[in-house]
Amino acid sequence: MTSRFEPVIIGFLCNWCSYTGADLAGVARLQYPPNLRPIRVMCTGMVHPNLIMEAFTAGADGVTIMGCHPGACHYFEGNTKAALRAEVISMVLGDIGVDPARFELQWISSAEAPVFARLVTEFTRKIKKLGPHKRKILDR
Amino acid sequence: MLMFKVGTIAKHLNVHRNTVTNWIKKGKLQARSAPAKRYTISKTKFITFCEKENISKAVMEFVILETQHQAKNSPQDPEIDRNKNIQNDREAKKTSEFDSEALTQISGTDNLIGSVMVVGGGVAGIQAALELADSGYYVYIVEKTAGIGGTMAQLDKTFPTNDCASCIILPKLVECDRHLNIELITLAQVEKVKGSAGHFNIQIKKKPRYIDTDKCIACGICAEKCPINVKEEFNFGINKRKAVYIKYDQSVPLKYAIDPSACIYFTLRKCRACEKFCPTGAVNFTQTEETVTIIVGAVILAPGFKPFDPSGHDFFGYHNKDVVTSLEYERLLSIGGPNKGALLRPSDNTEPRKIAWVQCVGSRNHNNCGNSYCSNICCMSAVKQSMTSIEHIKGQKLERTIFFMDLRSHGKESEKFFEKAKEEKIRFVRALPHTMEPGKGGTGIQMRYMTERGEVMVESFDMAVLSIGFEAPEDALTLARLFDIELDQHHFARTSCIDPIESSREGVYVIGAFQSPKAISRSVVQASASAASAARLLADKRGSLAKTKIFPDERDILDEKPLVGVFVCSCGVNIAGIVDVDQVVAYAARLPYVAYVENNLFSCSADAQESIIDKIHEFNLNRIVIAACTPRTHEHMFQETLKTAQLNGFMVEMANIRNQNSWVHQQDSKSATQKAKDQVRMAIAKVACNYPLKQDRIKVVQKALVVGGGLVGMDSALTLARLGVETILIEKSDILGGNALNLETCFKGEKVGPMLKDLITRLNQNKKIIVYKKATLESASGSMGNFKGIVNINGKIKQIYFGAAIVATGGKEAVPEEYLYGDEPRVMTQMEFDKKVLYHPGKVNKTQSVVFIQCVGSREPKRPYCSRICCIHSVKTAIELKQMNPDIKVYILYREIRTYGEWEEYYKEARDLGVMFIRYETIRKPKVKKASNLLIIEVFDPIARRPVRIAADYLALATGVVAHDNKHLADFFKFSINSDGFFNGAHPKLKPVDLSVAGLFLAGICNYPKPLDESIEQARAAAFRVSALLLQEEIKSEAIKAFVTDRCDGCALCVDVCPFHAISIIKAEKQNRQPNAWAFIDPALCQGCGLCAATCPNEGIMVHGFTLEQLSAQVQAAVNGAAL
Repeated sequence: MTSRFEPVIIGFLCNWCSYTGADLAGVARLQYPPNLRPIRVMCTGMVHPNLIMEAFTAGADGVTIMGCHPGACHYFEGNTKAALRAEVISMVLGDIGVDPARFELQWISSAEAPVFARLVTEFTRKIKKLGPHKRKILDR
Repeated sequence: MLMFKVGTIAKHLNVHRNTVTNWIKKGKLQARSAPAKRYTISKTKFITFCEKENISKAVMEFVILETQHQAKNSPQDPEIDRNKNIQNDREAKKTSEFDSEALTQISGTDNLIGSVMVVGGGVAGIQAALELADSGYYVYIVEKTAGIGGTMAQLDKTFPTNDCASCIILPKLVECDRHLNIELITLAQVEKVKGSAGHFNIQIKKKPRYIDTDKCIACGICAEKCPINVKEEFNFGINKRKAVYIKYDQSVPLKYAIDPSACIYFTLRKCRACEKFCPTGAVNFTQTEETVTIIVGAVILAPGFKPFDPSGHDFFGYHNKDVVTSLEYERLLSIGGPNKGALLRPSDNTEPRKIAWVQCVGSRNHNNCGNSYCSNICCMSAVKQSMTSIEHIKGQKLERTIFFMDLRSHGKESEKFFEKAKEEKIRFVRALPHTMEPGKGGTGIQMRYMTERGEVMVESFDMAVLSIGFEAPEDALTLARLFDIELDQHHFARTSCIDPIESSREGVYVIGAFQSPKAISRSVVQASASAASAARLLADKRGSLAKTKIFPDERDILDEKPLVGVFVCSCGVNIAGIVDVDQVVAYAARLPYVAYVENNLFSCSADAQESIIDKIHEFNLNRIVIAACTPRTHEHMFQETLKTAQLNGFMVEMANIRNQNSWVHQQDSKSATQKAKDQVRMAIAKVACNYPLKQDRIKVVQKALVVGGGLVGMDSALTLARLGVETILIEKSDILGGNALNLETCFKGEKVGPMLKDLITRLNQNKKIIVYKKATLESASGSMGNFKGIVNINGKIKQIYFGAAIVATGGKEAVPEEYLYGDEPRVMTQMEFDKKVLYHPGKVNKTQSVVFIQCVGSREPKRPYCSRICCIHSVKTAIELKQMNPDIKVYILYREIRTYGEWEEYYKEARDLGVMFIRYETIRKPKVKKASNLLIIEVFDPIARRPVRIAADYLALATGVVAHDNKHLADFFKFSINSDGFFNGAHPKLKPVDLSVAGLFLAGICNYPKPLDESIEQARAAAFRVSALLLQEEIKSEAIKAFVTDRCDGCALCVDVCPFHAISIIKAEKQNRQPNAWAFIDPALCQGCGLCAATCPNEGIMVHGFTLEQLSAQVQAAVNGAAL
């Protein structure tokens, strides 16, 4: 059963870098696991911490936020703000019994299609190893 | 005042002369009688009359022109007057050819016509048409086939990004079709041309389509019933089509046509099956040839090219079934092609395992076909084809070999593309096969070729692709005669380096492959540049004939329950090949809110848009989900479709099931289908929460900034000023001219000095241009329409405001680090050599031997790109040396001679003059030694296979071009820059002069090394695009902006996080228990990043289109399929 476990991973992709990078991965036909459910946002800085909590409560197995590299944000500092928020989110996740490893923040530029494919592959592999999130809560 | 005879008006309005007399008698046409049976009427009265009588604008303009010349001429613009005289001289010679009607003449700006004709509906033509139509000119596209799209629509992919060609051109075709200011005239050819720059009177012959385009719904029943099969031209005859056909599946206009040369009704007078079965009665055999007259101010000729036909030369082996041309191969690869994208060789329909590409077929071949030029694109095209072929086969192994003379990857990012191909184990063989024989059993091909070492090799391939060159279009001579323009020896249009798209006739511009063989990106640049040229001529009539787009009033949907229509795109087999589209459709139909679901072959095609509009009306849909490709390229188009259907544009969401699904999960069809369902579900969840958004209008600072006072910057500024835009030009040095100051002549031989002097004088005299020298841009902020910059002018700080900017910061010659440069004064760079030796005939006459080394520091790991211009520069310098002193010995040591396009002629000329070319490889670079008063250069000659020692007076190093360090510009403007330091266009093919930030443009070498003519093209293209933006007083702002909800309690947490300082707190008297403070957002400053929204603890501030409700709906739908 665990070997066939297909996690649901939610990805918040910023419009300017990561979403474009993901599109480019398509153009380049770079293959990666089909578990990511992308949600396009204008900037990683607009992702409210409540949304991350909501995703885990609803039963997502992993959440990733992907934005521009520091210094390359279309809005100057949205991604750095998101990074600061991510630290706090990780702490809170631990408190409510979600393994903080299920949550990640990554930088992918609009040209880094291979990086996008690699990071998605790695994160999916990690979440698969961690196993289903919901069941863990039930086990507790 | 207009003066006319009754008969003239009657003829043009197609009525009896007595009718006109009656109109005058009854006062309907308020004309007064004048001597000699003539009448006079004021222009305004005549226009009112025409409007009342519903007389078409073209006829009205024509009558005004015809009748106006008899009135007294108004004072004239001297420049136009001069042109007029030249034109009149020419016309005088030709009058006899034309009807007896008097020739119209230009007088002042009154007779200028604000419309343009584009001949040829390929990518260059449609780009020019769209540019002009968007900025206030009425455009006619005259296309000789049944649909627009040209060669680009036939391509499978484009280099160097391997983008799907039809995916990037389709939206443009659709836009042309829908544009209010573009009229498509298909199956038509120019027949007669009268008039001159400013107003041409052009007769068009329209062939009958035999299908009523208003009735045809492209259902295809006619073709199904048609008994006649003929070769499909679009697929180069690889498969068959019927006598009634559409040009290709996504053709624009998507209407059938009957081919009278094939249809048996026209030969045997029977059948008419199509007519019988057509459900809409669109077939009409009574249609006849039509002649229409169109009046336009300027003409842009973009007829494209004719692919070289190898069938007349048996050594190419084209008579073998498994030898195809590169264009036929594109069709074999194409999803829409005869094999639906599966690569099968023609002889036995099996998958090839070993393919050879043969370069320079019909190019660089003076002996066999007279085509002594290089066709510019075939090398990259072959590399592209070899790389993408692997995606089209089922098996894993494909051996790919490219036979070439010089591999020319001289374009931006092309060298990297070439390197990538080598990494992919594509074999490059420097040889051209001289004999091609059928393989064993009549399939495949056996090639004989001679290696550089002189060995004769025999090798078998399953299939061979001939990389055919470009020839001038078939109708080049006809067009030249009709428009009275000059052609070069190969029948391409003749232009100069200084005005690279101006034909020899004023008001007629030549772009695309007709000007010289070239790739898509430069054709697009030329298209924009031709728009600039046409607009410079017709600027005073901008907007006079253009209609403005008015969408119908939006339907009020606020009280309606969400009714979602879902359109699932197959994208040919791009999506449907992996994702089970039928399953997705069936699944979507079961989801809440969904009222209608449909599958389209291409949801972006014109007929799909029609279908979306119909279904919105039919099912009263108020929200749409498009499951297709990426919203980044296609959302805008679908938004327009919604607006046409009385819906707010923001009621559409796209599920990206191609770029982020079918293309990246090619091995796992089942999971991909599941993911597609999830994506569609998420999109439906979000769109259900969408609500209509409004776009604010933002006032535009109608001033442009040009950064860089080189030739390109100056040309941009002058073009902008002529188009009516005030411009600030800043130059960091104290002298204008840039690199051009060091150039004596352009590549085509025109003197640069006088041109530069002229530019500087005109620049200084122009009241619309302010020039700051010794000035640098310290910082900049703002967005399209409203930028603010800090300029340091010789130590003084000044604030400037501008609505758009052109970055033209140029580049410089690289400084070499090898070959004794710096130690030995006789070793110089190319530019130094020009200055110190070439321009001094005395020195040249005393010189006995000169050596050039190419690719010094270029195309090496440290500087991996090719600088594009150095080969041409060296070859041209060598020719000049030989011409000045025939006894001089000139050696060019090269890795690959890249005299692309028309510059190949110089390579040939140099060889004819006795210039020695010796190839070297990076593993065995030439060695330079000092010897008393000479230089000794040692190089290994690969043909003689021995080292050669050359004694030289001078060594010139072709070091290539490097970008100036302008990272700061990219940093504060936030546009993209490549790893070599050159600025990137927003899209390498279709938006080559736009930077990735709206409102910013680029031109010249800061984009990539290029010769003067290409730089000037970019300068004008960028200037036109800026003018299109800044001639508007206001532009529509983005709708995606933050807004304050009633939950805001004025805590001010959002104020500090806003990077644009757009939020302030408004305080009011405390009333009852209402909060006494709340946030206020300045809409001009807000960029919609949403930092505030994620900071707010209270849901008091959110971003339109990305509210917490919308995002949370997506999260819920993603995780929980049952939740919806």
